[in-house]
Amino acid sequence: MTIRSNAILEVDGLERRFDVSAPWLNRLIERKPRRTLRAVDGVDFVIQRGQTLALVGESGCGKSTIAKLVTGLHPPSDGAIRFHGDRDRLQMIFQDPFASLNPRWRVGRIIAEPLRTLRPEMPAEAVSARVDELLRTVGLAPADGLKFPHEFSGGQRQRISIARALAGEPEFLVCDEPTSALDVSVQAQVLNLMKRLQREMGLTYLFISHDLSVVRHMADVIAVMYLGRIVEIQPTKDLFANPLHPYTRLLLETIPDLEAPKRDRAPMGGEVPSPVSPPSGCSFHPRCPLAFDRCRRERPERRAEVLDRRVACFAAEAEAGAAV
Amino acid sequence: MTDIVLDVRNLRVEFPTRKGVLTAVDDISLQIRRGEILGMVGESGAGKSMTGMAILGLLEPPGRIAAGSIHLSGDRIDTLDDREMQQVRGRRIGAIFQDPLTSLNPLFRVGDQLVETIRLHTALDKAQARARAMDLMREVGIPAVEERIDNYPHQFSGGMRQRIVIALALCAEPELIVADEPTTALDVSIQAQITALLKRLCRERGTAVMLVTHDMGVIAETADRVAVMYAGRLAEVGPVDDVVRRPRHPYTDGLMGSIPSLRSEVEELRMIPGAMPRLDAIPPGCAFNPRCAHAGPRCRREVPRLAATAEAGAACWLATEGAVA
Repeated sequence: MTIRSNAILEVDGLERRFDVSAPWLNRLIERKPRRTLRAVDGVDFVIQRGQTLALVGESGCGKSTIAKLVTGLHPPSDGAIRFHGDRDRLQMIFQDPFASLNPRWRVGRIIAEPLRTLRPEMPAEAVSARVDELLRTVGLAPADGLKFPHEFSGGQRQRISIARALAGEPEFLVCDEPTSALDVSVQAQVLNLMKRLQREMGLTYLFISHDLSVVRHMADVIAVMYLGRIVEIQPTKDLFANPLHPYTRLLLETIPDLEAPKRDRAPMGGEVPSPVSPPSGCSFHPRCPLAFDRCRRERPERRAEVLDRRVACFAAEAEAGAAV
Repeated sequence: MTDIVLDVRNLRVEFPTRKGVLTAVDDISLQIRRGEILGMVGESGAGKSMTGMAILGLLEPPGRIAAGSIHLSGDRIDTLDDREMQQVRGRRIGAIFQDPLTSLNPLFRVGDQLVETIRLHTALDKAQARARAMDLMREVGIPAVEERIDNYPHQFSGGMRQRIVIALALCAEPELIVADEPTTALDVSIQAQITALLKRLCRERGTAVMLVTHDMGVIAETADRVAVMYAGRLAEVGPVDDVVRRPRHPYTDGLMGSIPSLRSEVEELRMIPGAMPRLDAIPPGCAFNPRCAHAGPRCRREVPRLAATAEAGAACWLATEGAVA
């Protein structure tokens, strides 16, 4: 185990399998085998204190499962998650601010909940003072604490979620698509707020998103996921300047670009295969323009000798080898 | 001008509620020509989907068209009764919605759904309709049509299902397609495939398309013209490049600035303070005035309006008259 002085979270060989077999009787009668879905399949990464690591990828790539593993909502099937901090100071912000706030509770009670759980000894006046302070921190008014969630817009509700997450003075926040349910102008408000809070409180974020432009704005390091694996991980600047994996290039190629719209694009064909029966070798090979024989047989790993463990791709390895 | 397929004039959609009448769409006028894709953007609740639903004649009661007119290739359609409108829908106007599963019946094979729709709107017999269904499936890019035609919707992926829905919308060669967030439920790589398909079909057949979406990137790459809605009103209309690069309405300008860039880095995103007003609390004058950095007394008094046939322009006193006093 390598201990990096400033790492707050280290994830090694993380795996999470789900049993998606048919019911026992069907398996018996129809002789169907057991089936496992590897939602997370050997994932390693390190997050430095005070930084933002973003996980990006399309639906079903396993990014939200990683969020649940890191927060302890699911136990890992294999591998290790080492958190060098106080477990009580790890919080989560969810995607849907309509589903993550109890509609029958007043906002003040929602925000105070972590305090009541983590600091039961805290006197009531101190709790309510802290709630008022938190509401102001996220740009709401102390009077808003008396209202119910339905009285707020989506953006304001996400501010309430953030206030709740901040209540226990966290050092590490797992944010699963925190702005995907919001309109762009409101998204900008929430992203700016999250960046300000990170600066002021020295927070570390694990930021999960499918939106590369949001991730570019928020992250120091970006990990691109495909079918349960990290295919590329690079500092944000490097990833955008020099994407190494063909899948990252495909993603960058296909996102609509406001500043340089590609109006006559020829979109790349193919779809994400089912994670229950992923392709052999590199799971991206059926869609990859650079695939050769080895990609169909062998699974590429991120290796220390090749581009500093930044990419899992035989074609990129060959390219790098030729460049050296 | 004979090539105008859709002509909406001064459309007003109201919802009577216990607390009073809410105006969800307020005096909207727009035109779409043959082969043109008009993008409708705006934030949730701005009225863009409601405008699409009014055109399709699918407003949920008690919502109703309170004023204005809708013409399809010269024929007035907003005054038709339900049965007549059903004839127009499907045959002359196709619809594509966000979630393909709500447009497809899960209990029927996709081929049967296509055949049923084709036979409803054309004089083809069963065998001819099936051949036509296969042609349509090929056209929207479904591989192995001979096998896939007898599959059920759940056997298709999300992107493939949306292709089937597009094939359904095309069955009767409609003059107009209303596509409401057709790619929002799809991943980016699939999204690009679907918008490219929509664009190609529209060009080849001369179909007019109303593309409703909240995603400016999709609009920038797909639409010819764009209409920006805010609080039930049109804020700005114009050719897509002009609206994206040189927005004239302060709301459009703020909207563009708040989208994180793929090309440059900024410490802070520009943001519009506050939120869009609720329908029961729209301020007097310009609906955007409380959030606008340039608002003056006139903006708080008088509602700025676009001309009913404006090809381009902004509903803003500052943009049109240069003064807000």
